[in-house]
Amino acid sequence: MVPRIAIVIGLAAFLAGLSVATFAELKMFLPAILRGAVVTVQISVLSWLVFMAMSLIAGVARAKASGAVLWLAVGYIEVFRGTSLLVILFWLFFVMPEFGLTMSPVLAGVLGIGLNFGAYGAEIARGAIGAVPRGQTEATIALNISPWNRMTRIILPQAIAIMIPGMVNLTIELIKATALVSAVTLVDITYASVQQNQLHFRTVEIFAITLMLYYCFAQFVRFGGDALEERFSRHLSKRV
Amino acid sequence: MDWRWDFTFDVVLPKMWEAAGVTVWATVASFVLALIGGLILMLLKTHRSPWISRPATEFIEFIRATPLLVQIFFLFFLLPDFGITLPPLTTGILAIGIYNSALCAEVYRAGFQAVPKGQWEACIALNLSTYRTFRDVIIPQSLPPIVPALGNYLVAIFKETPLLSFVAVAEIMQISKLIGAEYYRFTEAVTIAGIFFLVMSLIAAFLIRLVENYVKRSILH
Amino acid sequence: MTHPMIQFDKVLKAYGALQVLKDLDFSVGKGEVVSIIGPSGSGKTTVLRVLMTLEGIQDGTMYVDGEPLNRMQKNGVLVDASKAHVRRIRSKIGMVFQNFNLFPHMTALENCIEAPVHTLGQSKAEATEEAMRLLTMVGLADKAGHYPSQLSGGQQQRVAIARTLAMHPEVLLFDEPTSALDPEMVGEVLEVIRDLAKSGRYTILLVTHQMGFAKEVSDRVCFFDGGRMVEQGAPDQLFDNPQNARLQQFLSKVLEAG
Repeated sequence: MVPRIAIVIGLAAFLAGLSVATFAELKMFLPAILRGAVVTVQISVLSWLVFMAMSLIAGVARAKASGAVLWLAVGYIEVFRGTSLLVILFWLFFVMPEFGLTMSPVLAGVLGIGLNFGAYGAEIARGAIGAVPRGQTEATIALNISPWNRMTRIILPQAIAIMIPGMVNLTIELIKATALVSAVTLVDITYASVQQNQLHFRTVEIFAITLMLYYCFAQFVRFGGDALEERFSRHLSKRV
Repeated sequence: MDWRWDFTFDVVLPKMWEAAGVTVWATVASFVLALIGGLILMLLKTHRSPWISRPATEFIEFIRATPLLVQIFFLFFLLPDFGITLPPLTTGILAIGIYNSALCAEVYRAGFQAVPKGQWEACIALNLSTYRTFRDVIIPQSLPPIVPALGNYLVAIFKETPLLSFVAVAEIMQISKLIGAEYYRFTEAVTIAGIFFLVMSLIAAFLIRLVENYVKRSILH
Repeated sequence: MTHPMIQFDKVLKAYGALQVLKDLDFSVGKGEVVSIIGPSGSGKTTVLRVLMTLEGIQDGTMYVDGEPLNRMQKNGVLVDASKAHVRRIRSKIGMVFQNFNLFPHMTALENCIEAPVHTLGQSKAEATEEAMRLLTMVGLADKAGHYPSQLSGGQQQRVAIARTLAMHPEVLLFDEPTSALDPEMVGEVLEVIRDLAKSGRYTILLVTHQMGFAKEVSDRVCFFDGGRMVEQGAPDQLFDNPQNARLQQFLSKVLEAG
């Protein structure tokens, strides 16, 4: 873990150094890329909320529901995992208006990414719920604990600890996937750097900065995830 | 909503049919590249010398932590700077192939690590050659986890090919966009593109399950 | 007329073609302590599991304190029980598991107040007071703030017993409560169970491999084999003068083993 922290610090230093060394040049395109970074962060945070909500709802339904609710969950998971994110974004933005539902670019981007990743997250949530030992359910029956309390107070708290690593990986994938939102006319880091590259032709510098920004986002999420995992699984390890 | 069947059959489907060929070719070529590249990266990563394994590890991590789309753009703009001019499709296949090499390297490594240490020790105790060790003992045992994981990456690559539309490769998504722009109608083309991916993915998932069961049955009785 | 606390009436439990309980008739009186012994696969644990409604049965009726558990009266006839009915009747039964099944994300105290607060609707203060009393009783008051992973197996099982008692059951089911324990921890758990048995406040069903303990605390011992109750009787009679050939065989093997 330590070397990777060093790398992130090194990259930050490199970025700082680069900006000093070629300040005049950077001034041309850095502001636009940073404005794009703000859009990337916004879309990431909003779609992450949709992603987590859908993961838990569809995951619980997939694991425990029956009948129509189960089929709804299965249908949602299969459809949104089966299609390509770019197609989903296009469909939401260009075809949904045909059904009388016009979306803003941000809404289409957030919904498309959130629903797509929610389908993957649901499978992780389902697996984690299934990984909670059967004895836990039996104990709640023996203690006459209601099904709702069983899920929210006993099963989910344990399942969430199990699903953290998978969800952290998906969160990093989600941030990477926000690079596609230019398809719905949003100017995120990726699209900003393409635009700036076409204006200034500084491919190496521009894309080095862009790639490193994404890399830093990913490492940031990774640290947060590790800390979270540590916190949640402290009491679950066999021996402390 | 209005869905026009004549438009679907006369305009959309014929164009899509050609584009589907590009999508499939891009998928297969990228996948083969990823299989080979992944093996090379895995060997570099597990190399004895840290001077080789360390950079390989960081390269893999870097590739995995950054968006494929940015990598595609980067290659697309960068290669001409070095005097290499490739068709967009080739550049795209290269980018998708490299990106998935990093992912496949992890699959291979996890597969080999899943073989218990005692198996390696038994091979040493029996004085088997390195070739025999891999061919008869290690590879057969590491295939069951590797094969389905690689299958999943094949499907993932398939779903990544629409990114090539960003560099104007005439695959399914690009063709739907073009149809949309030309006729001011997105409904049919984009919906059919979606159904195409959905159906192909479901079929692929089914096939992977078949292969997975076959591998499990034929190797671990 | 006094009715038994627990009654099985022609209970059939099968997994596919395999019948685990074959038309079982069996009853336990109020305050009685009954041990169930038998070889593995005899159905002895299944008796507890179907009574706790962890598993369904195919036919027959189980009664708790005179009321049907898996069925209910509706317009004068017995129909399959509703969930609410099962929950109401089930509240009289508590179960202690072989593998403790403590909630790993909660401390010992939190384990003990979880159900009283959220199922019985007790206030947190009230439930905590009672839980501390119970933890003191099992000798673990000082471990109230510990998580299960910080406790030994014997300590975990004693917490599990306190957790079960906190729900005020009238019937206690013990499913091989010492089987998962290291030998040096068996004594501390048996001591707690012995006190509960002697108190006379609970109807107890104990599935166990500890023959000596079964002989000591039970009012009656039942021997199960092949999904049927083959022999039952007072401990002295059953252990010292077994009638059934299968029981004689079983006892000689168990005693041989130690």
